[in-house]
Amino acid sequence: MNHLEQLPAAWQAVIIVMLLVGGVFALVGGIGLVRFRDFYMRLHAPTKATTLGVGGVLLASMAASAAQGTWSVAELLITLFIFVTAPVSANLLAQAALHRREPSVAPPPPEQPLR
Amino acid sequence: MTPSFISLALVFALGAVGVAMLLCAWRLVRGPTLPDRVLALDTLYVNVVAFVVLLGIQQGTGLYFEAALLIALLGFVSTVALGRYLQRGDVIE
Repeated sequence: MNHLEQLPAAWQAVIIVMLLVGGVFALVGGIGLVRFRDFYMRLHAPTKATTLGVGGVLLASMAASAAQGTWSVAELLITLFIFVTAPVSANLLAQAALHRREPSVAPPPPEQPLR
Repeated sequence: MTPSFISLALVFALGAVGVAMLLCAWRLVRGPTLPDRVLALDTLYVNVVAFVVLLGIQQGTGLYFEAALLIALLGFVSTVALGRYLQRGDVIE
């Protein structure tokens, strides 16, 4: 990785910050996927991994290629694609879980008077 | 020679994404319900995209981005197909 160490210090700082953000959020998403108690809570955890985790890593990649003088559009394509498709698949999974009546640990809503 | 900060950050990010992939695999194997397994598979795909992009940064080549885009596409299509299967009982009516 000699090519990264020869970059200017400002670019290196940007890339380091993006890498740390991406790694930490990917890890948080994985831990949440393991630790949460029912499916509807677990649906919440990987959204962090998809938006900030992959977003941070892809921004680091864009910064790395921009610092070497070649602006590339492929990372932007991947980011856009993942940002568009992640809510769709999460919505579909939530619909499937509701359809299958998966158990939830949430308390039932309080009784509302009829109006 | 001590490793530079940027290579340390790259190694940290690779390790974090790798551990996240392992946690997703644990949920995929263990998951009590079927939507849990599909969700774990979806998250595993997203983490694999991040891992492949990190490898691309480390080796300084743009060849990995096509692979990452393909993995993202296949992950979305497979998640939609599996979710539709869980909901309707078949994928294409």
